[in-house]
Amino acid sequence: MGMGVDTRNRIARRAAKEIKDGMIVNLGIGIPSLVSNHLPSDIHVMFHAENGILGMGESPEKGAEDAMLCNAGGFPVTIVPGASYFDSAQAFGMIRGGYLDITILGGLEVSEKGDLANWVIPGKRVPGIGGGMELAEKAKKVIVLMSHVNKDGEPKILKECTLPLTAGRCVDLIITDRAVIEVREEGLVLLEVMEPFTIQQVVEGTGAALIISEDVKSMN
Amino acid sequence: MREAKKKTPSKVITVEKALTFVEDGCVLMFGGFGGVGNPPTLINGIYEKGVRNLTLIGNDSGFPDIGIGRIVSHGRAKKLITTHIGSNPIAGELMVEEKMEVEFCPQGILAERIRAGGAGLGGILSDIGLGSVIEKGKQKVLIGNKEYLIETPLQADVAIVHAKKADTYGNLVYDKSARNTNPLVATAGKITIAEAEEIVEPGELDPECIITPGIYVDYVVKSKGVDWKWAWE
Repeated sequence: MGMGVDTRNRIARRAAKEIKDGMIVNLGIGIPSLVSNHLPSDIHVMFHAENGILGMGESPEKGAEDAMLCNAGGFPVTIVPGASYFDSAQAFGMIRGGYLDITILGGLEVSEKGDLANWVIPGKRVPGIGGGMELAEKAKKVIVLMSHVNKDGEPKILKECTLPLTAGRCVDLIITDRAVIEVREEGLVLLEVMEPFTIQQVVEGTGAALIISEDVKSMN
Repeated sequence: MREAKKKTPSKVITVEKALTFVEDGCVLMFGGFGGVGNPPTLINGIYEKGVRNLTLIGNDSGFPDIGIGRIVSHGRAKKLITTHIGSNPIAGELMVEEKMEVEFCPQGILAERIRAGGAGLGGILSDIGLGSVIEKGKQKVLIGNKEYLIETPLQADVAIVHAKKADTYGNLVYDKSARNTNPLVATAGKITIAEAEEIVEPGELDPECIITPGIYVDYVVKSKGVDWKWAWE
């Protein structure tokens, strides 16, 4: 969404902090796919891919790619010891069965109730649903990574989503280039502000009410 | 293992013979995910044969010149039942221009609908997409006090799949993440054709490792391999 590599990596680095040792994690396409690069080496995670891999590893060296071993975005990956392959019914059985600890997805809009829209812009872009609905509805924790505002500078965090929903009341945490915001019963809670933005700028760039956490942190 | 009294009949046929089963207007289901695991030789054959008005059922529309994308991009499908078309912008154009009807289905639910079609089930109950466009036109049922959508089974006139190895009876093993929807699609065709990288004699595949039993597979053809460049190449 027009963000530079550094900004995208900063968002991914912050998201990586949410991943704990022993978790099963599914990463979506775009910024979420960068998260695995920022995990500390002392934690063990099994990455799940909805095309049928549990235990995805790093990207292969150039020239060592295997066309028959790709992630859900169609790009070559490797596997870690203990990995397994399975068909799509099983890949989604794991998701719907509630076995995924975290899914990290991209977003077009998120509402103050945690509704997520990320699959279609009517009349403009129709990528389709893919596995997003199942991931958003059924993973134990849903983290959305996106730019805080769209390319016209308008908020993407809104009172109500204007785009068709991927899933309602599903998002737990929103990480943007400007802020980290938790979705709670009482509303959206601003936990962290990314430098050089100020709390005021984050509030102005958000289309829903923000509750400012008492110990809101500034992050670089 | 005891010797079979009579040799198992071979299901291996030529690609030319296999293509005779794919006709204008037929429902064609394909295995694969983002091109990976699409059967390349059968897809190219279907493209070159010039088959039209297909109803395609599969995970996605590939990339413009990768996998099933070749058939979609050249306007050979009148309808596509799939989960996303984001990697093939031509599919999106055809849809917007109303030259191809697209029915979107959540990814795992498409897999289960195909599985139901192959397994003789009347459908599945799913809570995915409740309250969204997905529920449009679908029946709902209450189980206890929870609401579910009835998702109908999917079958095809012809199902085409990709395998790493087949024996001549049609037992299949797959290739890493190229397995994806293939074992499900293999079960849901009135005629199922498997394209294999390697064809071996019955008995050479370990029965413990066979993913698709040959009962589902009507014909086996030898793959000529992928002739497209992958998106990452």
